[in-house]
Amino acid sequence: MITFSNVSKTYNHHEVLRDVSFKIEPKEFVSLVGRSGAGKSTLVRLLIGEDKPDKGRIVFGPYEINKLQSQELPAVRRHMGIIFQDFKLLPRKTAYENVVFAMEVAGRSEEDIEEAAPQALELVGLGKKMSNYVHELSGGERQRVAIARAMVNQPDVIIADEPTGNLDPVNTWGIINLLLKINELGTTVLLATHNKDIVNQLERRVISLDDGMIIRDEDKGKYILT
Amino acid sequence: MFTTLARIIKYGFQNFWRNNLVSFATILVLLLAVVVFQGMVIFGEIGKQAINAVQDKIDISVYFVSNAPEDEILKLKEALLTLSEVKSVDYISKDEALELFKERHADDPTISQAIGELEENPLRASLNIKAKNPNQYSLIASFLENDSSKSVIQEVSYSQNQVVIDRLAKILSLGRRTAAVLTLAFAIVAIIISFNTILLAIYSNKEEIGIMRLVGASNAFIRGPYIIVGVIYGIIAVLLAMILSAPFIYAASPYVAVFIPGMSLWGFFMGSFFKLLGYNLLFGVGIGVISSVIVIRKYLEV
Repeated sequence: MITFSNVSKTYNHHEVLRDVSFKIEPKEFVSLVGRSGAGKSTLVRLLIGEDKPDKGRIVFGPYEINKLQSQELPAVRRHMGIIFQDFKLLPRKTAYENVVFAMEVAGRSEEDIEEAAPQALELVGLGKKMSNYVHELSGGERQRVAIARAMVNQPDVIIADEPTGNLDPVNTWGIINLLLKINELGTTVLLATHNKDIVNQLERRVISLDDGMIIRDEDKGKYILT
Repeated sequence: MFTTLARIIKYGFQNFWRNNLVSFATILVLLLAVVVFQGMVIFGEIGKQAINAVQDKIDISVYFVSNAPEDEILKLKEALLTLSEVKSVDYISKDEALELFKERHADDPTISQAIGELEENPLRASLNIKAKNPNQYSLIASFLENDSSKSVIQEVSYSQNQVVIDRLAKILSLGRRTAAVLTLAFAIVAIIISFNTILLAIYSNKEEIGIMRLVGASNAFIRGPYIIVGVIYGIIAVLLAMILSAPFIYAASPYVAVFIPGMSLWGFFMGSFFKLLGYNLLFGVGIGVISSVIVIRKYLEV
């Protein structure tokens, strides 16, 4: 499903990713761990096509991401559900409208939207806050909206970059449990995090990055950076 | 396709409404630009009318010897009409000249009595020639110099009025060029200000555009609502400009009529209302849409 082959990326003469290669199969739950600056976010940016690698190939399903033109990216991103630490919700829209927007850009029908958007919000526990604007929601609630938006189009993969970075422990586990539930329903999940507790309790595949290189790739791995 | 269009329009109105402070500021700037543009159109018309009024007063007259045969004069009139520079030629016969003279001096008993005592009509037949352009009179005068009818021509008024006509022609030409340059300058200033306002308005949505791209929105889906907002800005600014300028035009109309007799500014405004509305819409909506397209393009390159 996702293949990185010898991918390197340099910013301002500093090599942020060095010859990174790995494969993620469908339905896997993979944690990408590393200290701040290890290259996790760069890897995510390259995967979603926000930036291009200097070297190597990135393949997602039938798409070779590193070769795509800017105008080809939206169609590919509709197969990805992307979650960020800072939520990236549309600020002048309600929780419901944020979810609906993702469905509308994907060309879903009105009937479909009316059925699936409330369901997605119910699933993340925001059934009663659908009409709230983003600024009326707490951090945890905003991230739940982001998850509802990410999963509503039934993407092939959920890519979560530090989704719990701004949340308290209770909300953190709420979000992780949602990601696990989505994975159980058959969606691949790539979770970039530096939260040791989460990774250690998940007991899923862990790819460890240090100084732009993969230092460890283990099934049922632990958060180990040495 | 229709569903996508309907969604784009919906988001356009939503962006306009929910971004109301930015919308208000942008409309205000666009309103000023449209008022300047409309002012240029109206002042252009006033200038045109003023130039026409002066131009209409310029002509040259050809006076014929008293025994000039009428068919010779009419032949010359026909020949003049074939010239591309000539706008109109009016023939005034000796009798018509006398009638006009009598009419003009009907209130003066001394002149009327003197005319009554005359045995012969002392006035001469003439042709009044108007050129399409004031600087073409010299060409018409040189045509008259070389025409075969020269023998029956006693006098051409051009040689006497040449300096005045040439000066007027230069002033009119300068007036037209100045108006064109001013119009262009004001239009450019209005466009730059409006463009920058829309640039700032969209810049404030830069992050939102990035989010829409991350969610998978196509360029058309992102660009579309901003274009709709540009159209709304343009339409509202134009309607406000028309409504707000109407009382000022009504009040200024009598003063303009003092300077340019026969010119009714209010009459022009009302008579050309839909034409003006069309021009303003083209300008206002044009700026709104083109600025949006150019600015948004920059943020879609991510």
